[in-house]
Amino acid sequence: MRRSIRFLRRGRVIDIADLAPMTTVLDWLRLGEGARGTKEGCNEGDCGACTVVLARPKNGRLVYEPVNACILLVGQLDGAALITVDDLAAGADLHPVQAAMVKHHGSQCGFCTPGIVMSLFALYHEGLRPIDRRQIVDQLAGNLCRCTGYRPIVDAALEACAFPADDRFTARQSEALAELTALANDGAALVGSDETFFAVPRTLDEACDLLVRHPDATVLAGATDVGLWITKQLRELPKIVWLGRIEALREIEARDDVLRLGAMVSHADAYCALAAIDPDLGEVMRRFGSKQVRASGTVGGNIANGSPIGDLAPALIALDTTLHLRRGSTVREANLERFFIAYGKQDRLAGELVTGLTVPRLRPGERFRALKVSKRFDEDISAVMGAFKLTVDGRRIVAARIAYGGMAATPKRAAMAEAALVGLSLEEAASWEVAIDALTRDFAPISDMRASATYRMEAAQALLGKAIAEIAGADTAFTRLVGQRPEAVAAE
Amino acid sequence: MTRVTTAPPPEVAMLAVAGKALAHDSAVKHVTGRAQYVDDVREPEGTLHVVPFGAPIARGEVTSMDLADVMATPGVVAVLTAADVPGRNDCSPVDFDQDPVLSHGDVEFHGQALFAVVAETRDIARRAARRAKLVTRTAPPIVTIDQALEQGETCLPDYTFTRGDAATALKGAPQRLQGTFLVGGQEHFYLEGQVALAIPGEDGDMYVLSSTQHPTEVQHVVARVLGVPDAAVTCEVRRMGGGFGGKESQASQWAALAALAAHVTGKPCKLRLDRDDDMVMTGKRHDVRVTWDVGFDREGRLVGYDVVYAARCGYSADLSSGVVDRTMFHADNAYYLPECRIHSRRMKTNTVSNTAFRGFGGPQGMVGIERVMDAIAWQLGLDPLDVRKRNFYRPGADVTPYGQTVGDNIVLELVEALEASSAYRTRRREIAAFNARSPILKKGIALTPVKFGISFTLTHLNQAGALVHVYSDGSVHLNHGGTEMGQGLYVKVAQVVAEEFGLPLEAVKITATTTGKVPNTGPTAASAGSDLNGMAAQAAARTIKGRMIDFAAESYGVDKDKVAFRDGLVVIGNETISFGALAKKCVLARISLSSTGFYRTPKVVWDRPNGTGRPFYYFAYGACCAETTIDVTTGEMRVDRVDILHDVGRSLNPAIDIGQIEGGFVQGMGWLTTEELVFDADGRLRTHAPSTYKIPVASDVPADFRVALWAGENREDTVYRSKAVGEPPLMLAIAVFNAIADAIHALRPGAIVPLDAPATPETILRAVKAVSGGE
Repeated sequence: MRRSIRFLRRGRVIDIADLAPMTTVLDWLRLGEGARGTKEGCNEGDCGACTVVLARPKNGRLVYEPVNACILLVGQLDGAALITVDDLAAGADLHPVQAAMVKHHGSQCGFCTPGIVMSLFALYHEGLRPIDRRQIVDQLAGNLCRCTGYRPIVDAALEACAFPADDRFTARQSEALAELTALANDGAALVGSDETFFAVPRTLDEACDLLVRHPDATVLAGATDVGLWITKQLRELPKIVWLGRIEALREIEARDDVLRLGAMVSHADAYCALAAIDPDLGEVMRRFGSKQVRASGTVGGNIANGSPIGDLAPALIALDTTLHLRRGSTVREANLERFFIAYGKQDRLAGELVTGLTVPRLRPGERFRALKVSKRFDEDISAVMGAFKLTVDGRRIVAARIAYGGMAATPKRAAMAEAALVGLSLEEAASWEVAIDALTRDFAPISDMRASATYRMEAAQALLGKAIAEIAGADTAFTRLVGQRPEAVAAE
Repeated sequence: MTRVTTAPPPEVAMLAVAGKALAHDSAVKHVTGRAQYVDDVREPEGTLHVVPFGAPIARGEVTSMDLADVMATPGVVAVLTAADVPGRNDCSPVDFDQDPVLSHGDVEFHGQALFAVVAETRDIARRAARRAKLVTRTAPPIVTIDQALEQGETCLPDYTFTRGDAATALKGAPQRLQGTFLVGGQEHFYLEGQVALAIPGEDGDMYVLSSTQHPTEVQHVVARVLGVPDAAVTCEVRRMGGGFGGKESQASQWAALAALAAHVTGKPCKLRLDRDDDMVMTGKRHDVRVTWDVGFDREGRLVGYDVVYAARCGYSADLSSGVVDRTMFHADNAYYLPECRIHSRRMKTNTVSNTAFRGFGGPQGMVGIERVMDAIAWQLGLDPLDVRKRNFYRPGADVTPYGQTVGDNIVLELVEALEASSAYRTRRREIAAFNARSPILKKGIALTPVKFGISFTLTHLNQAGALVHVYSDGSVHLNHGGTEMGQGLYVKVAQVVAEEFGLPLEAVKITATTTGKVPNTGPTAASAGSDLNGMAAQAAARTIKGRMIDFAAESYGVDKDKVAFRDGLVVIGNETISFGALAKKCVLARISLSSTGFYRTPKVVWDRPNGTGRPFYYFAYGACCAETTIDVTTGEMRVDRVDILHDVGRSLNPAIDIGQIEGGFVQGMGWLTTEELVFDADGRLRTHAPSTYKIPVASDVPADFRVALWAGENREDTVYRSKAVGEPPLMLAIAVFNAIADAIHALRPGAIVPLDAPATPETILRAVKAVSGGE
């Protein structure tokens, strides 16, 4: 068993054998290494001032992804290369992204700037060419700037990403890949003692064994939620088992009838596979958190933590997703809908892992819509999120499966509305009211800082009405402010 | 379609450095992470960390506070309470004695600092603070403006401007409308939270690095709290990671606590607020209830106007006197109010004390009259832009309700220029056509003006000092009382000094603001930073330059007017030497190359008791045309296009100025749309982190965003005839709010749209339902 965390920094292997398990990458950088270019803005993974980039090998090439250092634990660097804002310029020679930011007056107070530079650095290396404004603002959704109004930053990105990436990092790409590939052969690691540790199992068996021995350990996926337990709730998490280096949990299997996602598939990696089921699922993922959150967060983690408003859960419930779990050597399946028992309570035993999920694809006659309402379009948690799968036969609805987030203590199906929908005609908009009204019997939402109970119900009803109208043929160019479906965009 | 256009700035003729679109002096440091903020400065050995702990109730008292477990935590060095304060336990900005650094036991808002933990690490201090055992007695808090109005709780006296007899004018008006609406507050959300590092020196001295817009006040408050003379305290600030008014008075408490901890422990002490604590414990923009009553003729011209602004000040006065006064000063915006009463109430609530925020009350004032202009237009079936234009200040109708003549009025020309360049009329027709065929999505458009008064209305703050040294190699050291929070003040003032000496910008060394070099300064606020400090620095440079000219003329035997400074050289008669060579000669000849500079704004007088005078040196103008689309089923909203034309006089730096305009607009747009402060019935702020409080992100900025500078110069003798730019652009965003109302109005033309701010989806949907449902 390896007794240290190993990662790459500035072309050298950093070996950390002495690690408090809850140490964040941001604290390690600022307080440990003394690298203070990376800033703390919110300490909860929302503002992006602490954005750093992780380079990891994926399918034989180096992938650069932005992550929030404030809620990323040092142990999660295992096997990756860490790049921070301090690393981009060579003396007085600025990186193309930095030079463009200066030229376009992209900084004012400068405090968010290191994070923005790192997000754009990741975009620069993502290789999308030609780049457009839409891709840039998506990239920046997790980088708050309070001074500039973003316009000069977008202009800087357009310029910096006008040509293929050509910098110090591309110059030594093959060396970096070789160094990381060497780390990829590292075995499982456990840093610390039996009482307090950060563990990095490399196989599912190792993870399950660990959790049988330590059922009290915190199972860590992307840390986009657990990170806040540490930085905001100040919880003590003495034992952490991180699943991020178990290749078997990162597999995506696209079959004809179903999509199989390993629990540790990141939202970023799941994006294309989910969008292939329906463009609205792609839009759900585009608006899910931010680029940083999607790079760290995982589909399994998002389900296992049982958020009542996680946008993925209602969509997957509407698609009748099956969850795969394992405890020790015992495996079982659960219908996702029934996994959520009550607020903060899921059908998961201590030491049991979510290992993956199976999402059925749409069959002929099935139409899908997912619609989200939030105060801000990007990087915001839903007030209400509705996912709708209607089966139509000609112009008649013959089956319906509907789930909402934000309407109850858990993501929940709208059984009354589903029943009322069956038999309705897509031609008679007035007849839909019976189903829309039924939502008042399905849900009794609460009021909180995101929305009042009244608004939640009105919005939930509006979303159902809109979904039916769109399935009946309404052009999304006239029904949606964002996320128009491709057929509408193509028609413009 | 993506289209981001920025009109070419008007070049300032005749100037070599001032007027150029130069990069921010710290731009390279920003992008490389090398710019140091207070928390980045390498701490002196043994630095301790301070974490305050806030009250868990909004009103009542802490009857017992058992801190034994806190103190017993390994790594904790001290726990500070009110009893540890050697001087006066008050960090209020204007000596109201209302803001204890640490509570004496009375609690007036949720999150009020009760004690502070000093420990070896910040993490230890944060965890230890939660071990306190508190016993509290809770009283029912007053949370909202309406609750405070019901109970008649104010923290300052009411104040009124009147002209003529509004009541009679309203009664006799051909048409009359009344309404009331709420305008929400706003969290500053500077990306760098509040932070200070206090380093104790000998003889009780204290050196404080603070992220503050007002180093002089931090100095004074620290001295007051420690019970030492002002001269024992030095406050330094190199840069802030954003301020926006939130570090004008609100930085003092944290600097005072760090200094108190340093005083008690004898060690350097740093306090950096966690984001959630920062949002809970520091003041915000005042939210306001606007209640209006307007009389007008059939062309939409105002006859009489009565407006009451009831502002939520929070638990103490802080800067509310000036803030709410400025609301009143901008109740007219760009419109002549014939017979009027502008009344204000300063409501006391059990919430954090509200404070300065970019615009300083002005935006709340303006949003009132802009909603009234729409209402008049809707009632009469006119285009709101026509009603606006008919009411603009104009010859013969050019005196404000507070007696100042609007002598530099360009609002009509500017608005008409934007009306043409934005194709307002054509687009209004296109929007009507779109709305006719789109039942779910509705578009709206609005074009609104801004006229913003420049000067501190507290007249004594309109002063500034600078200190300039020229060294014998010709390099220049620049210092002044203004602070850099990202607005580009440092580079603008350096451009002025470089201009005066005929030097390239790089020859001027920008240095951190410190009370040890320039004393008795006002805050960097009221948009006045470059007006004041630019003039002070110019005065200092001119003093030194005058001495150099005298020396050169005498030693070369030429007339003084034959000595000229340009391109790093000094032309003396027929000879040319480098600036450095002349500096060297001056030093050898025992000529002083160091000078202070001082400036006080001329012409401003304000008689507050009588509500009359000339509080503003001049006005800055601008206008914005915004187009939005709303979803009438969910209340969601998107801003489609924004055109801005803004007046900065002769720009000192067009790149910096455009940055202020765009950034100010987007910040204002956030205030009026997505940024919602939610307090619960117990007075707890529920939106205390970016996960719940939503400032604009990149995708909220319209893809089609066109900003241009008005070609003109300041009529007044400001530094190179420039105008202030910090605050006025924020109010350009009122056009977005009015465009949303316009879109709702499309549902039932003629209806008066009842829309509160911020226009969140929920608020928009409520207005949609009210309009569709009847009255």
